[in-house]
Order: sequence, then C-alpha cells, then structure tokens
Amino acid sequence: MTTETPVRPQQIVEELDRVTIRFAGDSGDGMQLTGTQFTKTSAVFGNDIATLPDFPAEIRAPTGSLPGVSGFQLSFSSNDIRTPGDQPDALVAMNPAALKVNVGDLRPGGLLIVDEDEFTPVNLKKAAYTTNPLEDGSLGAYQLIKIRITRQNELALEGVALDAKAKFRSRNFYALGLVLWLYGRPLEGTIKWATQQFRRNPAVLDGNLRALHAGHAFGETTELFRARYEVAPAKVEPGTYRFITGNEATALGFVAASVQSGLPLFYGSYPITPASDVLHELSKLKQFGIKTFQAEDEIAAIGSALGAAYGGHLALTGTSGPGLSLKSEMLNLAVMTELPLVVIDVQRAGPSTGMPTKTEQSDLLQAMYCRNGDSSVVILAPATPSDCFWMAIEAFRIALKYMVPVIYLSDGYLGNGSEPWKVPSMADLPKVEYSYAKPADNWQPYLRDPKTLARPWAVPGQAGFEHRIGGIEKSEHSGDISYDPENHHRMTIIRKSRVDNIAADIPDLEVTGPASGDLLLLGWGGTHGAITSAAENARKRGLSVSSAHLRYLNPMPKNTGDVLKNFKQVIIPELNAGQLSLLIRGLFLVDAIPFNKISGQPFKIGELEAKIDAVLGLTGPYELSFGPVSALGGG
Amino acid sequence: MVATVANGNLISDLPVLTRKDFVSDQEVRWCPGCGDYSILAQMQKMLPELKIPRENIVFISGIGCSSRFPYYLETYGFHSIHGRALTLATGLKTARPELTVFVITGDGDGLSIGGNHLLHAMRRNVNLNVILFNNRIYGLTKGQPSPTSEMGKVTKASPYGTTERPLNPIRIALAAGATFVARAVDRDIKHLEETLYKASQHKGTSFVEVYQNCNIFNDGAFDAFTNKDVRQERMTYIEHGKPIRFGKNLEHGVRLNGFTAEVVENAQSDEGLLIHDEHAVNPTLANILVGMDYPEFPVPVGIIRSIEEPTFEDMVQAQVDEAKSHDPADFASLLRGSETWVVE
Repeated sequence: MTTETPVRPQQIVEELDRVTIRFAGDSGDGMQLTGTQFTKTSAVFGNDIATLPDFPAEIRAPTGSLPGVSGFQLSFSSNDIRTPGDQPDALVAMNPAALKVNVGDLRPGGLLIVDEDEFTPVNLKKAAYTTNPLEDGSLGAYQLIKIRITRQNELALEGVALDAKAKFRSRNFYALGLVLWLYGRPLEGTIKWATQQFRRNPAVLDGNLRALHAGHAFGETTELFRARYEVAPAKVEPGTYRFITGNEATALGFVAASVQSGLPLFYGSYPITPASDVLHELSKLKQFGIKTFQAEDEIAAIGSALGAAYGGHLALTGTSGPGLSLKSEMLNLAVMTELPLVVIDVQRAGPSTGMPTKTEQSDLLQAMYCRNGDSSVVILAPATPSDCFWMAIEAFRIALKYMVPVIYLSDGYLGNGSEPWKVPSMADLPKVEYSYAKPADNWQPYLRDPKTLARPWAVPGQAGFEHRIGGIEKSEHSGDISYDPENHHRMTIIRKSRVDNIAADIPDLEVTGPASGDLLLLGWGGTHGAITSAAENARKRGLSVSSAHLRYLNPMPKNTGDVLKNFKQVIIPELNAGQLSLLIRGLFLVDAIPFNKISGQPFKIGELEAKIDAVLGLTGPYELSFGPVSALGGG
Repeated sequence: MVATVANGNLISDLPVLTRKDFVSDQEVRWCPGCGDYSILAQMQKMLPELKIPRENIVFISGIGCSSRFPYYLETYGFHSIHGRALTLATGLKTARPELTVFVITGDGDGLSIGGNHLLHAMRRNVNLNVILFNNRIYGLTKGQPSPTSEMGKVTKASPYGTTERPLNPIRIALAAGATFVARAVDRDIKHLEETLYKASQHKGTSFVEVYQNCNIFNDGAFDAFTNKDVRQERMTYIEHGKPIRFGKNLEHGVRLNGFTAEVVENAQSDEGLLIHDEHAVNPTLANILVGMDYPEFPVPVGIIRSIEEPTFEDMVQAQVDEAKSHDPADFASLLRGSETWVVE
C-alpha cells in the first residue's frame, strides 16, 4: 500500500498490545535523543518498554553514508515485555542510507516514514541506490509515508536565530513530534526536558520546540495517515520507577556494594567501548568516596585495582573482550594471591577488535579458561539491564566472602539497552560483609577459614600481620614460596574447590514453566528476554517448553544437572559459536542442541520459536537465514 | 613539633626499630657475590631511620632477581608479575595515601616489559620510591641482553652482539617528569644508604637507579668507574649548590661550553664550573649531567633532580574530600536518578 490512497478525514484509532518503532538517521541526526525521549514519554504513560540503541563505531562517519547510520529501537506494550521487539512496526528513516540499512527489518505492511527532501541524487548515491526507492515501487510492501520533513522544518523555524545547519539539526524534534502524535502521546515531558537541557541556548531551545510542535501539528492536520494508534498502559506493580540502562545499573550496583559494605570503591579502567560508560558514571560519584583511575593501559587498570584490593578497598576494574585478554596475567595474580577483585567485561562482538558497538556472548570461555595453569575464578552474568544492579552487588558479596576474583559478564545489549526499573528502597539491598585479619596466635597468611576456604585479608597498616605474597606457588598455610610437588597439587585443588563450593551459597537454577517436559531452553546473560518470551509463546501454543537462565556460570547452581535431566531435549541458544553448550556437555554429559547466532545482533523471539518448532519436529530443520545453525552441528 | 603516623601513635611513642627488625625469616637466595645483597643491607639499615611503623611500609616488586627483594624485609610485601609492580603500587597508594611504598624493579622489569608503567607513574607523580637495579642484563632468565645493555653485547641470545642502542634510565625519568631522580652504586654503601634515605623523604615519585653488579652473567659491568681505586677519578658525587668536581683531590671540574659539558682538568678555582642545582625546575642542567658518561666524563652519582610538585594521590583525595564536603552522598536519591514516575 502506498500513500497515494486518499484517507478519510476522520482518523481511525487502532488499539494495539504492542508497538515496536525504530528511528534511524545519520549519526549526526539525533536519533538516540529522539528514541530516548519517546521512550520516556511512553514510560510515564505507563507502558512497559524495552529499548535497543544501535549506533556506529565511528563518532562521525561521513554524512549520509551507510556506515554513518544510527538507529534506536524501542518496543512498548500494554503487557510485560522483555525485548525491544523482533521487527519494527514502524520505521522513521531520515535519509536514504538509513532507509537502506533498516528497511529490511520492517515488518511487511509496517509504517515507513521518510524525509522525502533527503532523497536527493547525491544522498541516493551515498547510499548506493541506483534508482530512488520512493519512486521505483520497491517499497510496495510497506505503508510508505513521504513527508518533506526538512522543508517543513525550515518553514517552522523561519525567523529563529539559527543558521541553516543548526535548523537542519532540529529535524529530529520534528520527527519526534510527529511520532508522539501518531501514538497519542503528550508533548509536555519533552518540552520540560528540552527546556532544562537547552536552557543555556535559547535559540536552540526555540528551534527544537518549534520543530516539535510543527511535527505534532502536521500529524494532526495531514491526511496522510490511515490511522492513529493507541497502546494502553501496562499492569505493573505500583511504585516509583525510573529508566535504567545496563551500564548505569552496573555502576549503581557497585556503588551499592560500597555503601552496603562500608568499604571505599576503587575503579581502575582503561577506555574501551562499550564499557567506558561505567567509568563515566563512577567518576561522577566522588561524594561516595569512590576513586576512579584511568590507567595507561588495561594491565595497569587491573593492576591498580589489585593494588587497591591488597590495600583493603573494594577493588573493581572494567573492560570489554580485548581488554580482558590483556588482563589475564594479572587476573591470575589475583587468583594466586587470593584477593577480592571484580572484573567487569561488557562483551562486544568478535575476536580481536571485532565489532566494538555490537553485542555478543563470546567471552564465556575466555573468562573460564584463558589463563595459564589451572585457574578458577567466579563468573556471573546479569540477565537484564536492571539485573546488572543486583549482580554487581552479588559479585562483591562473593569476592569478599571467599577472597576470590569474580568476572562479571555483561554485554553491549545489556549495557546499552534500557528498561523501566522499580527503584529499590535501601531496605531491599542485600548485606555485603567483609572482615580483615583478626589477631590470633596461629595467624598465617594462607591459613583458611575451614568453611569458606577464604584466607585472611591482612591489609597494610595492620600491625603484626606483616607478610609477603606473590605469584609464586605458596606453601599451604604460611604462604611462603614453595616448590614442593605435593603442596602444588593440594593448592591447585584448594583454589578450585574454593570456587566450586560457592555453589552451596547461590540460588538454585529456576525453571520458568513446568519443571519437566519435552524441551528446555537454557540460556545465560543478555538473551534472557528473548528466550523467556519464546518459551512462553510456545507454551501458549500448547507445547511442552520451559526455559531456565544461568546467572552464575562458575560455579553453576548445584541443581543445574538435575534441571537438565528433567527434559527430553535441551536447546542452548547463545550469541556465540557454542560456548555454554561446550561447558554443559562437558560438565553434565547432556547432549544439548546448540543454537547460535553470531551477527552482533540479539536473538529475535521468532528465531527461537522457529528453532523450538524444528526441534520438536513440527517443522523441518531450522537455520538462521544468514548462516549455519551452529558450529557444533545440530538441527 | 609532634608528628603522628597513620595509626595515631606519636612518633616518640613508637618502639625504636633497628636493622634487625626489618630482616624477615626468609632465606636470601641471590647468587653469592650479587650486588643485590648490598642494596638489601643498606635498605634494612636505612628503614629504621624513617621512624615509620613496619606495618605502614610496603615493598612491591615485579619479576627478576631484584624482585625477590620484598621477601627479605619484615614489612608488607607483594611480589607481583613481570613489569607491573608500579600498577599495583599506584592503585595501593591511590587507595591508601598514608602508606609508605617502595617499588623494586630492574632494567628488564622496569624499562622493557614495564616501561609504560614507569613513564606514567613518574608523569603522575605518585608518591612512591622506585628503586631500579640496573645490571644491564637479564639475570633470572640466565643472561639475555636488557634495554640497558651496551650495543654489541654478546650473550646467549645475541651471539653476534646486540644491534640495539641502550636506554639511559635517568634520561627516561627526566623525560617523564620525575620529581626526584638519583643514581647510586651497589658497592658504595654509605652513599647508597644516604641516597635511599633522601629518596624516601621526597614527596612524589622518587626514582633511584642503582648500578648493580651481576657477578654471574655480566660481571664487572661497572668496574671501569666504580672500582675503589678509580672511583674518585671516574665518578663525580654531585651535591646541591656545589661545583661539579672529581679526582682524588677533587682537582678536576666540569663546565659548560655552549650547551655541552666539558672537563676542566686541574681547575684551580670554582669560577666558571657547573654548579649543581637539584631544585632547578628547568630540567636542562639535569639533562646535561645525565649525558655525562665514562670514559669521556666522570659518571655523575647522587641527587640529580629534586623538585616539589603535588602528588597524584593527594589530588585524587582532594577531589573526593571536596565532593564529600558539599554533597551529602545520598544513595537513595542516586538510586532514584533524575527522572522518575509513579505507578499507582
């Protein structure tokens, strides 16, 4: 259907359960802002929301080029939702490049709003279009709405004291105004926000507000749209809510660990996408006694944190995949010296530099095994953006109680994704306890607590506890250098047992859906939303499908093996080539079916449902359209 | 004036510590005749003079022969990994500014694998005492060339001689903006002890290069000018405010000719001789001194540079204190963030 069809003057209002919108434009077009503002407005309205920004690695790729396209997808619903949506129902494309990169994802029949003015021969060429898609009929599957946004915006801003370039930059407010109208959302929140945001620049404020109103008014007066849409508020638990991204939640969680333990937080880090936000967030919070240190490299970042841990502080370092590689040797020093240290890895896609702004779960085996010697560390992985908060606190609870390094595996999808979060009260926060070495007649640096196997934390400044530690193998109690063969054997086992025993101190693996049945989807990390939703949809279709999600990867919950054995088949969907699958097969001898996506993009619920149907024999074998289903085989 | 230490004790209340109090129960395992023994002995002699309780002193090392040092001192000690001692020391000192921290490193550990960290610790001016044992060889790995080995050095790893130029550690320290730079020699024990003491009294990064003999893999590397019988002739003990002189009776001097130093043999008067100013903010003089090397010049030892600059950890702490002084650190409010909405 195209826009040439005349529409009735009286617009229809369609009630929808859920809408997914993607805003796409040049990276300088302000699409992240547009998406964020729409998100906030819908949250205040009462919808449940999930978002996914998708931006290029280049800060400013050439204007109008394909690599310079920046997008922001959000899904809002009158029900509880867990993902930012498989396929957008509506796409706003501010130029030909944005159209080209994104239109393939739009659902057939979806609403496609474009800035017609930007479809110039020059811009079409930059986007590698040989003909104008607005005219060649290639967009026939969508409701195409061509609007001269640039021109309309110019007219609306006539007389504002801004140059042409600055006026052009407020087109995103025009688009926002239009979309707010389309979904029946008020302008007030955005007006209030913009007034605060641009208070020091009245001309920009004036321009943006005029653009916003003009977009909204255009929607009201035009007859281009067949219908307006309404998504009723969701039924959510009463309380005070805010938006939170995974990276914000991560930072807040670590501050909470500091507040709850009473230990000052030290954060050593080296800038790296997509983990730098954690450094930015913590650097602002000096009033909490937090010291942040931007080190000269990744090794210095973890080294400084280990130094702070040795000094009795709450020690944290953060990075992404390539940085974790560099930190391996120092992490092993933390393993040998048995000091509490938390390492954040906000995973990105691919080996080496890979795709820094894209998400993946491919550092699991690196976290497990990429160190010399037999070297076991605790590995945690939050499941949702807000879960990052709770797991950050948990990371330090474990590190301090067991004197052990902990790797906290977030990912780009969790880190940048956001969701509404019911703000916890201080009373909701768990305890985080620690103790320094206490005077005892038989004090020795490696004389362990018999229950936790933790060694005493004797910190400089404590008189009578002067001692030496290091990376050389330790004598079992004294911590002195030891090359004794039997001692090394014992120490290796003790270091591993110390981690394994933590299984007794973490929650059991929970099954969503029946505790036994035909099929279990087992996931970990940021795929929680898609996996849980796919299994739930399958159950609604009458299938015997449950899901379970590992937030503890090492050690795994002690009932993990039992959970797996209660299902005839197990699918392990992962955004990697089969890393958890390998662990599960190795640890539990379960012939799990891997389902792997390695595109830098999250799972779509539909992809998982198709896999479920294939495994249950309802359809033929299912593979992702762009590649083999898995590196380990499986159908 | 009454000084206090971190745990609130008055210095006068502290038990008087002696050299023996700083000797740990660990068996020293350097090769007999190694220059490290002397450095350890001078350190153990010097530490009581600091009048700091043992528990507030930390020795951190990397990897290499020199890095075994912390095991032999009855203080807190951390034998870390190759080249990275300064990273731990920087974190520890930033978290706990009240501690006295020594970093023990070598020419391989500090200038090769750990070169980056050395630059950055000195540029930040973290209040650490960095003692770099320079023996111009990799000893623990059994004799490969190091970044300070002379060009053409023949070793097992360079049977035809090395093809790389050596680094001058002092030049690196000056270039990185170190606020205290000194050089000493393992076998000149009184001067070494004095230099270690002055380094530990300096607030900011103190960098001390110690010429240290490896009698197994690079024996006599510094003999040409450190041997007792030639020392006076071939080294110059520089002192603040005094002319650069050397010789058995300090009869020779050094003066400037343009931007270049030149030796004045039998300089009768100090007139025209280079006068050492360790507090000069401009590092030009220090750079001229550090360019002096045997055999053209006497090798300068002593305090080359000592200037005052704010330390890294003090500035970090000041920012925290400042933030605390005007912000109540209300975590509940931080949890709520800037925008919230209420669902009834």
